Amino acid sequence: MKPYDLVIIGGGPAGLAAAVSARNAGIRDILILERDAELGGILNQCIHNGFGLHTFKEELTGPEYASRFIAQVQELGIDYKLNTMVLDLAKDKTVTAMNRTDGLFQLHPKAVILAMGCRERPRGALNIPGTRPAGIYTAGTAQRLVNMEGLLPGRKVVILGSGDIGLIMARRMTLEGAEVKVVAELMPYSGGLKRNIVQCLDDFGIPLKLSHTVIDIQGKDRVEGITLARVEQGKPVPGTEEFYECDTLLLSCGLIPENELSRGAGVNLNPVTKGPTVNESLETSIPGVFAAGNVLHVHDLVDYVSEEAAAAGVHAADFILKGGESPAQALAIHCQGGVRYSVPVSVRPDCLTADDSVTIRFRVDNIYKNQRIAVYAGENRIFSKKRNVLAPGEMETIHLKAASILENRDAAGLILKLEDA
Amino acid sequence: MYDVIIIGAGVSGCAIARELSRCKGNFLVVEREEDVCCGTSKANSAIVHAGYDAPQGTLMASLNVQGSRMMPKLAQELDFHYQNIGSLVVMTKDQDPADLQRLYENGLANGVENLRIVEQEELRQMEPHIAPDAVAALYAPTAAIVCPFGLTYALAENAAKNGVVFQFDTEVTGIEAVQGGWKLTTSKGTLETKVVVNAAGVYADQLHNMVSDDQMTIVPRRGDYFLLDRTCQGYVNHTIFQLPTKLGKGVLVTPTVHGNTIVGPTAIDTEDKDCTATTQQGLDQIRSKVNLSVKDLPLSQTITSFAGLRAHDTRHRFTIEETAPGFVDCAGIESPGLSCSPAIGVMVADMINHILHLQENPNFDGTRKGILDPKVLSFEDRSKLIAENPAYGTVVCRCETITEGEIIDAIHRTPGARSIDGVKRRTRAGMGRCQGGFCSPKVMEIIARELNIPFREVTKSGGKSKLIVGTNKDQL
Repeated sequence: MKPYDLVIIGGGPAGLAAAVSARNAGIRDILILERDAELGGILNQCIHNGFGLHTFKEELTGPEYASRFIAQVQELGIDYKLNTMVLDLAKDKTVTAMNRTDGLFQLHPKAVILAMGCRERPRGALNIPGTRPAGIYTAGTAQRLVNMEGLLPGRKVVILGSGDIGLIMARRMTLEGAEVKVVAELMPYSGGLKRNIVQCLDDFGIPLKLSHTVIDIQGKDRVEGITLARVEQGKPVPGTEEFYECDTLLLSCGLIPENELSRGAGVNLNPVTKGPTVNESLETSIPGVFAAGNVLHVHDLVDYVSEEAAAAGVHAADFILKGGESPAQALAIHCQGGVRYSVPVSVRPDCLTADDSVTIRFRVDNIYKNQRIAVYAGENRIFSKKRNVLAPGEMETIHLKAASILENRDAAGLILKLEDA
Repeated sequence: MYDVIIIGAGVSGCAIARELSRCKGNFLVVEREEDVCCGTSKANSAIVHAGYDAPQGTLMASLNVQGSRMMPKLAQELDFHYQNIGSLVVMTKDQDPADLQRLYENGLANGVENLRIVEQEELRQMEPHIAPDAVAALYAPTAAIVCPFGLTYALAENAAKNGVVFQFDTEVTGIEAVQGGWKLTTSKGTLETKVVVNAAGVYADQLHNMVSDDQMTIVPRRGDYFLLDRTCQGYVNHTIFQLPTKLGKGVLVTPTVHGNTIVGPTAIDTEDKDCTATTQQGLDQIRSKVNLSVKDLPLSQTITSFAGLRAHDTRHRFTIEETAPGFVDCAGIESPGLSCSPAIGVMVADMINHILHLQENPNFDGTRKGILDPKVLSFEDRSKLIAENPAYGTVVCRCETITEGEIIDAIHRTPGARSIDGVKRRTRAGMGRCQGGFCSPKVMEIIARELNIPFREVTKSGGKSKLIVGTNKDQL
């Protein structure tokens, strides 16, 4: 097999955008390894519209959005292998992979971009008591069956979790002829985008029950019903149980970045995001290994995945072209006051020039109103922006002027927090 | 007329079938579910007890010690996962050392080898995560862990190889004595046989009571469990039991042969012989008890929780005897039934032989190869395998790295997988951390293709467990 400078693990939106930008930044020998039968990743089953408003200034379906990037990859002559599973990533960036035609093979690239995406939290991890019949699906599995195979996994549906895929599937199942009885959400707020609650639930008269969870599943062969209860302080409240007759329970209870390969390579992971800790160049704790998209932290909008991955592609290209001398000094970003995490977790002043800007993405841990997003370098506030509402379901993005970091390069670190406005 | 019909394709029934196939005869195993290993055998602690627990002199004690001794050789002959990791019964500082001593002495009397009591310091070296209050333990080096599915499938496949026939989806609803044997009424018509073996697990009392005035009651005793991700591998190194207290038996923590960690079980008597639903109360019980032996076990790494039913005879004993002429009971096989199964197979086959005086089967082949796991091959051998059969180059289950080749193998075995769960238990596809989220539709596709059935007919676990109920907009 021919040698490659850059190997990108995953051919979904992150992998595609990273490949295109790395090529445009001057890297010739790039290989994308995709485990599925097509490029495009999870976008292939997202047949609803709403993709691309930021990137292309128009509203596309998932497959359409993916096809724009796939076309670029093909036009640029970037190599990719489908139905190819990466089995191992070593600390020295040796990639071991396998498929039907090449068999088992190894690559020794100069840089690697992790773009494996995420998976859904299954029923088992939620510890929902009850039976274990057919008819319990993660929302994404149901989405695949309905949107790609044209098959209905059930007719009377209860959805647990108000993540975006669950909301989208509430609408989709309704349109395909199923009855969606209720969407229950454990938290007192939805984990999904506001626009999805309006367009997928409200418009179809599907009730959303906040602070509710499934406490029992009935049915031996196939789901026959579930019991919901109200939740206070993490516990079901006795006397609030309600039985719903249904043949299907869909779960949309969170997404987990797929970092088994990263862990195997020894990449440091952030316990909050379950993704790698990265610096301002989206580089993980292993020099030359970069990460972008849902493998790094779960995004709400694919547009931001593409944007982040394009940046990773540029940084990986830089690493390959200039060699990877990693400057020692880094300013850690400390999250306080309602900020759950940040990507990146550190900034290296030596890697910035004064007219750069540093993008920081983060999520908050609750619903906040009338707040100011503030960044401090020591005592100095170097960034401030007012926000009327912040919610855990919506990722926040800020852009710091590199100049303001360079001026404070001797600070002990940066502090990112919310303050009352 | 059959020579022998075994009712129940759990580990006992399959062990009996395999031992019986050393002889010539017309043997049938009937099973109400769609596959082998669908009852108690599929949902238990997956351990081979050393044999110190059952009271000295009981059938349970002798079968346990024999079964445990037979297991390593059987694992080699039949190629299933077995690991001799040893067990510890942990005593906390509030407990009476005399209780631990009694257990030790009972074990010695039962003939368990190399038992000894380990004190605090050695215990902590053996198990760094042992609870702070643990002060000593009974160490049984002969105890082991086993894949209960693997064991049961291995026995069934080897029995089938030597001529035993399996018939699934067949529930026995009546038994009556006829000239020279028994007539069984089943959901698939009547069957006649010279000898009946009742290995029906939690249903064994119903069959027993059809032929005997000495009524038996089997109360399904539910055990809830947590299964933890392989990321917890190494948290415990042995099977860790708790020394029973007045309040009950406690829960165990043990590695599995596949690198997961299992925690449980509860012991909750139920009425419903089908109800393997977990309950919040049951799961909470495990959470609160586990700290007595192991500290800070990462239960947040749970990938699934499940429950199984033990076939608990209210008299707490195994009934392995010829209850009526030509009707052999193998009933009340609760824990340590899995550990006893090889010995139960030999014992029941001998009993049948005394009744029927069967001839030796000259073609008996006591070996079986399990489903090839390409992960154990060298780089070169694995490459060669893929070149010969490209299906081994396609990964279907990402979490457990299970290839299409393994799944096809599982489907075409006898008895083979016919459902998602059948594939899962044979290959581990869908048994990992995403619990089949990604691979179920692909596994369904492969089952449909290989068995030449419509995609929509593929079930989770046979019967009415359909995964697909229609097509988009079919009722609009």
